[in-house]
Amino acid sequence: MSDAAEDKGLGDYRPLSYFQLMEVSLRELLLEKGIVTDAQVQATLEDMRARGPEAGARVVARAWTDPGFKARLLENGTRACEEFGLDVPALRLVVVENTPQVHNVIVCTLCSCYPRMLLGLPPDWYKSGNYRSRVVREPRAVLAEFGLRVPDHVSLRVHDSTADMRYLVLPMRPAQTAGWGEAQLAQIVTRDCMIGVAVPKASDSL
Amino acid sequence: MPQVANRPQYPTDHPSVPVRFAVGDRVRVRKTYPLGHIRTPYYIRGHAGVVERLCGNYPVPEELAQMRSGLPAQPLYRVRFLQREVWPDYAGRAEDVVEIEIFQHWLEPLSA
Amino acid sequence: MIERSHHDRGGLPGGKVERSEHDYAEWERRVDALMMLLSGVKGGRKLMTVDELRKNIEAIGPEAYDRMSYYERWITSITQTMIQRGVITTDELGRKMEQIRARPGDPCRK
Repeated sequence: MSDAAEDKGLGDYRPLSYFQLMEVSLRELLLEKGIVTDAQVQATLEDMRARGPEAGARVVARAWTDPGFKARLLENGTRACEEFGLDVPALRLVVVENTPQVHNVIVCTLCSCYPRMLLGLPPDWYKSGNYRSRVVREPRAVLAEFGLRVPDHVSLRVHDSTADMRYLVLPMRPAQTAGWGEAQLAQIVTRDCMIGVAVPKASDSL
Repeated sequence: MPQVANRPQYPTDHPSVPVRFAVGDRVRVRKTYPLGHIRTPYYIRGHAGVVERLCGNYPVPEELAQMRSGLPAQPLYRVRFLQREVWPDYAGRAEDVVEIEIFQHWLEPLSA
Repeated sequence: MIERSHHDRGGLPGGKVERSEHDYAEWERRVDALMMLLSGVKGGRKLMTVDELRKNIEAIGPEAYDRMSYYERWITSITQTMIQRGVITTDELGRKMEQIRARPGDPCRK
């Protein structure tokens, strides 16, 4: 529970904020007008809760082990995800590949566009003013703050997600993973690797 | 940098204006600052780049935001810009780029 | 400066990216779910577009934009859009808010 709630001795409860009041009010009005149902809201909540970076990680691991799948992923990311069995409504996925010469990083400078249907909800920092302001102008400095030092000979591609496309970085497979199965490979592909602020490390395997 | 085929990656069947640009075309983002909801970032207006791929034809967000249909749809492109040309103080490699989705009505052709 | 809208952040000066993340509260997840339904995803009745969501977020004044959290901006925008679309009226909203505030013993939420 929050410090404020604890101070007030309120247990898990605290009074509605103005915006929480607005959420409850709008939802009740829409329920009364038959525009949404409780069941729909609950089902949507559960649907989004089930979406997380693990799906993207499995797609990456498949691309690392299956060159044909990788080619199809780069050609049409959405169709490849659907081929993989994923439900990704309204997603138009552009997959950009890291190579020894090129590193990719994704941002939405205007708001927070993110491949939610594949990766789930984006992290707070991705939506922050500082990330949106700086990564497009000084990407290496921002990546260094994330602990990623891009080698001097590697070029950077920053992708600003301004319209109907959404982006996934296909990281490079670390050399030390030879012979690994897909499940083990997926484990080292984090959300941050698929945004481009990190790279997978063989040492991350459990 | 990787090469992409000259056909829309995610085509739609919206009624659209004709496609004007092809992959590899040099284009400039119009340098104008109107009011309303706009998805062409401020920092790229007036800058020159190269069409990296065709995305497909999409309803215009400026109009969708005003509760209108956004039709006819405009071709949407990913345009690649050299960072050293966008930012006067850019501190990175000469080959570093920024790639942005831009609607056709915001682009004008640039002769080589 | 009105030529550059407050939300249009690319290239502006900024500080260190704050990397701590918060667990989404239930009310925030509900706002997200409501937006999905109202934009016609997951079987919802399409009553608005994501473009209207963005436009109404951009219409929030700069000081309020900076003070508000992400989903506070979203619920404000969605509600404004519903009023603009005539799905609800300001009067209905005001009365509903009064009604909920007045509920005995149940105004508290996580």
